[in-house]
Amino acid sequence: MTAKRARNLAFAALVLIAAMIWIFPLYWALTTSLRTEGRIVSDSAGVLLDEINLAAYREVLSTSKLARWYANSIGTSLTITGIVLLFGMMCAYALSQLRFPGRRLLYLLIVGSFMVPVPALYVAQFVLMSDLGLINRAWGIILPQLIVPVVVIVYKQFFDAIPKEMREAVLLDGGGEFTLLFKLYLPLNWGITAALAIITFISAWNNFFWPFLVATSEDMMTIPVGITQVNDSFGVAYARMMALALLAAAPVILAYLVFQKRVTEAVMISAGVKG
Amino acid sequence: MSLKLRRRREMRAALLLTGPFVIVFIVFFLYPTLRVVTMSFTNAALIGGGDWIGFDNYAKLLKDKLFYTSLWNNFYFVLLTVIPTTVIALLIALAVNKLRGRVQALVLTLFFLPYVLPVSVVTMIWAWMLDFQFGILQPLIETVTGRPIAVFKDPNWVMPMIAVVTVWWTNGFNVLLFIAGLRNIPPDLYEAAALDGATAWQRFARVTWPLLWPVTALVLTLQLILQLKLFDQVYLLSKGGPFNQSYVVLMQMYREAFQLNNGGYASAIAMVLFITIVIVSVLQFQLLRIGGRK
Repeated sequence: MTAKRARNLAFAALVLIAAMIWIFPLYWALTTSLRTEGRIVSDSAGVLLDEINLAAYREVLSTSKLARWYANSIGTSLTITGIVLLFGMMCAYALSQLRFPGRRLLYLLIVGSFMVPVPALYVAQFVLMSDLGLINRAWGIILPQLIVPVVVIVYKQFFDAIPKEMREAVLLDGGGEFTLLFKLYLPLNWGITAALAIITFISAWNNFFWPFLVATSEDMMTIPVGITQVNDSFGVAYARMMALALLAAAPVILAYLVFQKRVTEAVMISAGVKG
Repeated sequence: MSLKLRRRREMRAALLLTGPFVIVFIVFFLYPTLRVVTMSFTNAALIGGGDWIGFDNYAKLLKDKLFYTSLWNNFYFVLLTVIPTTVIALLIALAVNKLRGRVQALVLTLFFLPYVLPVSVVTMIWAWMLDFQFGILQPLIETVTGRPIAVFKDPNWVMPMIAVVTVWWTNGFNVLLFIAGLRNIPPDLYEAAALDGATAWQRFARVTWPLLWPVTALVLTLQLILQLKLFDQVYLLSKGGPFNQSYVVLMQMYREAFQLNNGGYASAIAMVLFITIVIVSVLQFQLLRIGGRK
């Protein structure tokens, strides 16, 4: 038995080392960001985290428009998350609990929309945003990102699973459909709501292509787009580049580490829906 | 309450509940979808209308050498990423699945973490890792080739290295899917196999692999669709160069629409990607249905 135990321990150690190697680029970015520019290009720069110098962070925060881009990213991502979840759960509730003409058609359209590669629509969406005067506006960044059909399908599956008796009880008490949704169906599904909210937020925060097309003035850029501009203006400045990259990633890394279980759950469920 | 009144109430509620989603869906999704189709038959600039020119854009596309280069590069990139990432993710999932408790949670976190990073953060980090002068991976490249290489400026290295960066970035998602699949395999199957004296390899080949096949098919097709949509990493790391060696379909769509002001032609390019992905999705659906029937 001890031989087996030793083998298991060795295996765990091996996998752990592989995981460390996998995450090394992130570690190396952190190490680089905490050094002086001079040290990075000198021969004394080893792989150990042996220096904690916040100069690069201070300079990035004071010379770039990072604060502005943070505000833009937080504003647009939160708005997208809120609207996607609210509209999505309302529509899912109707699809799940009500009979109305066009119900099947709507459901088929939503499922069918999984097949459409969104970037193929960017030219037409850009033309539309331009017609609406929303180029370089927050709503121009937000509106095309509101199409997240997975949210509707996931909510519908969860609403379908709620026993009908609970519904009848609320109806007998004189409650309407909105009461049912917000007082019964939503509270029963806080878990999946949190999970969907976090991945919707992360993917809105991380979206690059669309904000890159529609936000061309520096003041309107979101974090992932903005930091590519600094790239051009710094020239060669490794510590500052890595400090910038880590500051840009910090909110999503934190969101993931705090809500890890929810993220995992949401990824598994939404992938299952696509299958 | 009369039945008629009740029906009327239900309809009104349905209208109010679906209305917001349906309006957004029609205006920002269905309408642009139709607009791309119609634009692809016109000579429209990006902004402002154009004239109907029938299939001229598509005829031009068939003669466009750069378009064939883009298609080939998309195909090459799919080869470089889809199967490798599936294999790597499966191996990682099998390993993680054998661990227990905190070590398992930690290892899974480390493997998944890159997936939540914004793409430009990923490309900045890898551009630094592979920096020609000071990149920490250059000594490694030097031991293989004998000299340092500016990988994103080298026609042979550019696509494979973008593939490496992409696999590193997106692999965590596939690991999670495989782990979900592994957890769905009933443990008594393994106990039965162990009682029958099956070796570890037999257990994998006869139990794990067949039961994991639906997940594998899902990972393969989701990856195929995802990697066909390649743009961000190419734009950020090589801008399609050098010598168009990393030029891909969406890169060409972007350039035609937003730099050369050919909205109609760009829409025709988008349509090719559109149709390709619809075909892949339909095939995937059929494939999974057949798999499900067994």
